Amino acid sequence: MRKLLLLSIVLVTGVVFASRLFYLQVYNTSYEKLSENNAVKVVYDYPQRGYIFDRNGELLVSNQPSYDVMVIPKDVKPLDTLEFCKLLNISKEDFVAKMERARVYSPRLPSVVLPQLTKTEYAALSEKMYKYDGFYIQKRSLRDYQVGHSANVLGYISEVNERIIKENPYYQMGELIGMGGVEKQYEEILRGKKGVKYLQKDRFNRDIGPYKEGIYDTLPVRGSDIELTIDAKLQEYGEKLMVNKRGGIVALEPKTGEILALVAAPNYDPSLLVGRERSKNFTKLYYDTIAKPLFDRVLQGEYPPGSPFKTLTALIGLQEGVIDLDEKISCHGGYNYGGRKKLGCHHHVSPLAMIGGVAHSCNSYFATVYRRTIDKYATPQEGIDRWRKHLLSFGLGDYLGYDLPVGKKGLIPDSDFYNRYYQYPKYKWYTPATISNSIGQGEVLLTPMQMVNFTAAIANRGYYYKPHIIKNIVGVDTIPSAYQERQNTTIDPQYFEPVIQGMNDVYNYGTAAYIQIPGIEICGKTGTAENYIKIDGKRMQLTDHSVFVAFAPKDNPKIALAVFVENGYWGSRWAGRIAGLMIEQYLRGEITRKDMEDFVLNGSLMEEYEKPYRDEPFTINQ
Amino acid sequence: MGRKLQLDWITILLYLALVTAGWMNIYSASMEETQASFFDFGQIYFKQLIFIFTSMVLIVFILAVDAKFYERFSSIIYLISLASLLGLFVFGKNINGATSWYSFGAIGLQPSEFAKAATALALGKYVSDIQTNMRELKHQLQSFLIIFLPALFIIPQPDPGSALVYAAFVFPMYREGLNYIFIFLAFLSATLFVGTLLVGVQWMFLLTVTVTLLYFLYRRKRKKKRIRWFNYGFFVIICFAFTLSVNYVFNNIFEQRHRDRFNIVLGKEVDAKGIGYNTNQSEIAIGSGGWTGKGWLQGTQTKGNFVPEQHTDYIFSTVGEEWGFLGSMAVVLLFIFLIIRVLFLAERQKSTFGRVYGYSVASILFFHFFVNIGMVTGLLPTIGIPLPFISYGGSSLWGFTILLFIFVRLDASNYINR
Repeated sequence: MRKLLLLSIVLVTGVVFASRLFYLQVYNTSYEKLSENNAVKVVYDYPQRGYIFDRNGELLVSNQPSYDVMVIPKDVKPLDTLEFCKLLNISKEDFVAKMERARVYSPRLPSVVLPQLTKTEYAALSEKMYKYDGFYIQKRSLRDYQVGHSANVLGYISEVNERIIKENPYYQMGELIGMGGVEKQYEEILRGKKGVKYLQKDRFNRDIGPYKEGIYDTLPVRGSDIELTIDAKLQEYGEKLMVNKRGGIVALEPKTGEILALVAAPNYDPSLLVGRERSKNFTKLYYDTIAKPLFDRVLQGEYPPGSPFKTLTALIGLQEGVIDLDEKISCHGGYNYGGRKKLGCHHHVSPLAMIGGVAHSCNSYFATVYRRTIDKYATPQEGIDRWRKHLLSFGLGDYLGYDLPVGKKGLIPDSDFYNRYYQYPKYKWYTPATISNSIGQGEVLLTPMQMVNFTAAIANRGYYYKPHIIKNIVGVDTIPSAYQERQNTTIDPQYFEPVIQGMNDVYNYGTAAYIQIPGIEICGKTGTAENYIKIDGKRMQLTDHSVFVAFAPKDNPKIALAVFVENGYWGSRWAGRIAGLMIEQYLRGEITRKDMEDFVLNGSLMEEYEKPYRDEPFTINQ
Repeated sequence: MGRKLQLDWITILLYLALVTAGWMNIYSASMEETQASFFDFGQIYFKQLIFIFTSMVLIVFILAVDAKFYERFSSIIYLISLASLLGLFVFGKNINGATSWYSFGAIGLQPSEFAKAATALALGKYVSDIQTNMRELKHQLQSFLIIFLPALFIIPQPDPGSALVYAAFVFPMYREGLNYIFIFLAFLSATLFVGTLLVGVQWMFLLTVTVTLLYFLYRRKRKKKRIRWFNYGFFVIICFAFTLSVNYVFNNIFEQRHRDRFNIVLGKEVDAKGIGYNTNQSEIAIGSGGWTGKGWLQGTQTKGNFVPEQHTDYIFSTVGEEWGFLGSMAVVLLFIFLIIRVLFLAERQKSTFGRVYGYSVASILFFHFFVNIGMVTGLLPTIGIPLPFISYGGSSLWGFTILLFIFVRLDASNYINR
């Protein structure tokens, strides 16, 4: 029996293959017709790509027709190259190189010779194309950007490369695919489905009508339009405020998790990546490795969050019951935890209770709360993991699950992290070794998107919806269910009020008192984050990042946002002002604090960014 | 020694016939009408010709080496082969998204093609060891490890097709005493998987219950004694759980392209110009061949619509179009004769080593043959592995040649000692 198994399988396989071949080749005759020599030509019919609108129905992206000159190398007959090059307006060397590339790709499949002609060029060319066998013009649709902002949100489309073709046979050489932002995320919805036509040809290679009355043809399916949650006015205003600065702004509607604005600076005009100049422009953006315009700082930048993180330290302390609202903790210019240097603090009134602690951003206060939280448990390992569990419930330390194709996890360290870091159990470690986490400066890293998410959760008093950019898919009229599920944090609702009061007092008398906006109750928290850079292996400290998180109005919040300005120094200097302006723009539609607006619009940090590259000593935090 | 080697000429002639048929079809698939000279080193068919000649040189070397060498050095050969697979992660060259190649100037070498022979040698050596008993779980697991390691290194290249080939080694292991339950389980899970996708969870559940019940009644009637119905119930529950997990795996773990491939083969989706493009065009090409085909070099237009892989994995569609049903059947029969011949020779080996190696050769050839022609004729999902001796490619041809001719050498010495 053991000898016969493989033998019988081989024989059965032989019979199966014989029957299959008999069926394909002898019994079923329709294949024969479909492949009649030189009789059938395949033509694709590309549907319109779906439009993109903002939340108020403003059109952001539509389409414009474009024409590609294509070639099937094996059908090319000897031609007057010089005349043809003149017609196409390209050099002979260029033409020869392109033909060679097309031949290497495939002699029998179409390749692009000259992409993206304008309508006028097409008109001039189309009446002469019949003279050149093997060449034809393929109509496609290109993106037509109605706005000059949101490039990081919208993404772009470009020709598929060979790798994509190999992975997904839907695409063929010269076809277009979404390569970033919502164009990539919602590619299949926006794209629709291309149609195919089989044309009967005679022996002179002329089309003589549809093959078999078109029974094998399929119609193209138009791509669906989509509506984004972005508020175009707010987005545009945000990008204007961020000119000559680096960093980002992200604003959410706390009640729904809808992304109102997603500004990454520096940015670029999306129209740069359309048409024949596309590749030149893209190269320029791609190789700017200092300003990194293609790097979405809001989604991909991992930064130490700085003081806004103290709100979470407070919430966790309250939930764990280690601090009373009324208990005052004194600060003698810093927190002494037994290290060589104490954890310094700035000048403010002392002692402070919870609300004042948030308003004045007192380092000692939060270091104390953090230490008690961790030390409540038998071992620091247990305490850290408990602390981490609370933070994870705010969507930190992992991908948030939003619908844009790039992102970073950030970092919320756990006990394993510190055990590795301090080589436990060879060396023991205790809470003070991690004390910087209490003020958002230790090992903790967040993306600006994660910062706004926890701010929204605070605004909602304990829950959030996953941030998302899709408002509606027209025709389907729904969005993925993941964005309709409420995510609850591990903090009980009653603990949020005192922290929110503290954030409100940041504006009333605290670290952002001088940037109040009359008539709007804003809650916010400033942050000033230390940071370092490595150039040629030399580690340098740069001017602090200016960070600000806020939401407004205090009751029934309509907008939550996080603002991040690289090397902007203290929190309210740049980020705080920008946050205030964004809030006023969104809630009122106009700006009353023109002085603040002028300061931001005219201010530039370019000088600051050039410092480390100048090859001379420089001072920071001026 | 000194006597003439008693080579098995039937195997050698079958080999030569397949290689010749392969080259003729590669020539047809890669030739261009505008090509002026035959001797163009850049042309695919010319390169294949060079590969064939170098294979002949390889054969001479393989036959010149003493048969004992292969058994004695099998472990070292296996380790070198593993190292060459690992080395890819450092020195490999990325071609079309996969790092499966070493590049030496104009020549590329794909170590995964040679690893099959090395693994077959190692398995033969291990199983033939006097202390190995394939009926013991420990030894079964250790031989699985020998097979599993190269596959594990090949998957991340990524080349899941080539890694899948190692499943073929289950046949020699079964021959040497592996419990039939492994084969049964593999077959059962494949049936449940495909069945669930085809008819749905409810029907599969009904079917499982019915079949189990019938078997239960049959057993009870025959044995006339109490048998434990509990085991049968447990079996049904396991099957049901597996069936339920299928949808989850299919929808959440598979990627869209994998789903598409399955759906097309199962006939759940008809998509002539989109995802099923390769398979559809391949079926049209084969189907248009009719009884006798269009003749050598005459099948042109349908090939014009192929993706640029027709000379490698899809070479059989050229056979089908130009040589028709008779030509395709000839190739299928050549393969079946070759596999059966190797099986026959394997059974008459005196040493366990030779038998296991021969079985491995037959199984690997069969697996490639089965998956490749199944894919090209639209019976199986798209899994890109070459058709032995026929598909274009130096590493592939050399790899299979080495695999086969080591066995021819082993068999020849077997004959002498008789």
